[in-house]
Amino acid sequence: MSSADMQQTDGPMLAADGTPLKKSLSRALRAQKIRALLLIAPLLLFIVITFIAPIADMLFRSVQNDIVSETLPRTVVELDRWEGGDAPDEQTFTALAKDLAVATELKTHTRLGSRLNYETTGVSSLFRKSGRKVDEVGEVYQDQFEDLNEAWEEPATWVGLMADPDWISGQANAEGAGSPFLISPVAQQALPETARMYSQFATVIQTEDADNPAQEKPWAIVYQALYEDLSGGADAAAFYDGDLVALITEAQGAVGGFETQPVREFFLDEIDEDWADPQIWGTIEAFSSPYTAGYFLSAIDFQLTPDGVSLRPDDERVYGTLFWRTFKMSMIIMVSCILLGYPISFLLSNLPLRTSNLLLILVLLPFWTSLLVRTSAWKALLQNEGVINDLLVWSGLISDAGRLALINNQTGTIIAMTHILLPFMILPLYSVMKTIPPYYVRAAKSLGASNWTAFWRVYFPQSVPGIGAGCILVFILAIGYYITPAIVGGTDGIFISNRIAYHISSSLNWGLAAALGTILLVVVLLLYYIYDRIVGIDNVSLG
Amino acid sequence: MELPPYATLGQKVWHYTFLVICGLIFFFLIAPILIIIPLSFNAENFFTFTPGMLALEADAYSLKHYEDFFTNPSWQSAMWNSIKIAPVATLLSVSLGTLAAVGLSQPHVPFRRAIMAILISPMIVPLIISAAGMYFFYSRIGMQGTYWGVVLAHAALGIPFVIITVTATLVGFDNSLTRASANLGADPVRTFFKVQMPLILPGVISGGLFAFITSFDEVVVVLFVGSAGQKTLPWQMFIGLREQISPTILAVATILVVISIGLLTTVEILRRRSERLRGMSPG
Repeated sequence: MSSADMQQTDGPMLAADGTPLKKSLSRALRAQKIRALLLIAPLLLFIVITFIAPIADMLFRSVQNDIVSETLPRTVVELDRWEGGDAPDEQTFTALAKDLAVATELKTHTRLGSRLNYETTGVSSLFRKSGRKVDEVGEVYQDQFEDLNEAWEEPATWVGLMADPDWISGQANAEGAGSPFLISPVAQQALPETARMYSQFATVIQTEDADNPAQEKPWAIVYQALYEDLSGGADAAAFYDGDLVALITEAQGAVGGFETQPVREFFLDEIDEDWADPQIWGTIEAFSSPYTAGYFLSAIDFQLTPDGVSLRPDDERVYGTLFWRTFKMSMIIMVSCILLGYPISFLLSNLPLRTSNLLLILVLLPFWTSLLVRTSAWKALLQNEGVINDLLVWSGLISDAGRLALINNQTGTIIAMTHILLPFMILPLYSVMKTIPPYYVRAAKSLGASNWTAFWRVYFPQSVPGIGAGCILVFILAIGYYITPAIVGGTDGIFISNRIAYHISSSLNWGLAAALGTILLVVVLLLYYIYDRIVGIDNVSLG
Repeated sequence: MELPPYATLGQKVWHYTFLVICGLIFFFLIAPILIIIPLSFNAENFFTFTPGMLALEADAYSLKHYEDFFTNPSWQSAMWNSIKIAPVATLLSVSLGTLAAVGLSQPHVPFRRAIMAILISPMIVPLIISAAGMYFFYSRIGMQGTYWGVVLAHAALGIPFVIITVTATLVGFDNSLTRASANLGADPVRTFFKVQMPLILPGVISGGLFAFITSFDEVVVVLFVGSAGQKTLPWQMFIGLREQISPTILAVATILVVISIGLLTTVEILRRRSERLRGMSPG
């Protein structure tokens, strides 16, 4: 009886345990899939954490830009109203003074300054200078409040006004900084600006100085905020009871007669007239959003200015040249690798196996030798007083005065990198050439082709896949090289990688390093994709 | 590549020219590596041959650069750091990599292509980008400048090599052997260690050697992820080459060349053995 008959008579085929065979099979298949995935899972997890997450972090950093909005929260909000042209109004300057007062205490103003300095030179020193003087803003009000009533000098008065009652009772016996400061909801309603300023003051005192805010007199800028709140006209005293009512009512009555000091004038006259420069404000505004394309624009020699995106001035354009040089030199290295690698692979694939295996060792030994060893060898060989120049002088080809400059320039990088990457060209080429049957060339010759025609029309086209694989491999490796150009490249033989390293470790412009890295990564992944299409990543062989 | 007896003069000339060209290219490949060996015995602090060396005078040669390597504390600590980092990183990549390669070689693995692409990516992404990303990320989680940070980073870099060599060995693996073993009552773990492992061992070992040399030679990532406490041999060489050029570097390089020759020989022997075991023609 055939199986078709059986199915007709007995219904679906059953496995030994009575379940339908189809179901049983699919269950077994699923179990197999799960087992395979379970075996892969630990490594996948490992790679995702140790490798993919860092790459994602880098991509994120290339657009991340919360430093402006975090350091100058008030200013960023006020700047929304600014329409350019002139320096912004008094309110914006007041916001800036408050933000800077906090940032100076936290020492984040210098970081912000250097960040914005990448975009507009001079911001860094301006911020430093302002940081030194910003604590004077509000002093004029502080003096007048204290003259009015000595209670304003007392930290206890301020705590009573500003702190949450629960926090005050918990803080009474606290040592050092005590528990995190809690602002009173009443103060937030009665004196909103003062409350915000005071709670920042209290937090900084606790976290930076590890002191108790209940024993510290507030910064001058808090008095500035108090003046603003009280002169605003709202009835603050109504929210409080006890002694505080009298204190506030008295102050509210007096502020009308206070001597004032516009913050805008203070910044322009006392700190630096550069604050009148709309360029500075434009830069702050342009970088106030938490994400920015600014790093990417810098990485391709553009800049984000208050008027939009524009090309950098001629003398500041470095990355276009550098990308072009990296590309050009990688191409030169790739072509040199083909020129040197093709004859060798051809020879190896046409020799008897025993001989070719022996000669292959000459290719594999450099492949296995440390990159640093090979680079040091080239450094020793190419130096002005090195072996090659000595040999040329000794043989009389060049005079002692005319020693060739082979190192610390592009020549050095090209020679050393061709040597280092040559095995990566030879190995794929050789593995392709090994499979080319010799009888095609023989057939071509017997049909009357000259040696050259037989090679060029018959053999060469069959070796093209090997050339393709080798080229992509060498090119991918070459454009990301760092060590060799750093050692033998001098200044005009360096690659984009060296610039990335410079921005990470020396200039500390991590965002720009990340943007340059992202661009390089995209190029490499594109090539990797092509390589995978042509060769298949599974077919990479290692010697 | 033998010349037929009827070859014309032109063909003969071309044939020998070609051989000379190939000889020169082989010379270009190997000479820079070999030349550092005699240079490392230089009695002077030069990077070139002294007249005395060329005249083969005994006192123009010395072991002083080797002495310096074995006595200088910064070279010694660099060597020990390398010895401490590379084997642990290798062990990590080999154990996780072999497991995953076994999983990847099973039939019906969902998303095989995507998984493979992710696992191979550390080999494709330029080192400076890996280094930058790891530097940012590891400083965020407090592993920058720690021993384990460097070990994990190096293990990640070594994994593609293990995956490639072990999956290549598993391609020729006869799955009926594991079925036979299961049929005879062995559980999967026993089957793996008693049947599968001995057969793929050559691939595992050469993958391990690749991973080892990757970590042992690696300098870009350790420069960023490590701190002074993790200064490895290549790092010390890199500093030496950039700042003060001391011929001790050539002595170190010679030692490393000897190590590479040893590793290369091992890998070649293992490759042939594995092909013989799997019944492939030696090649």
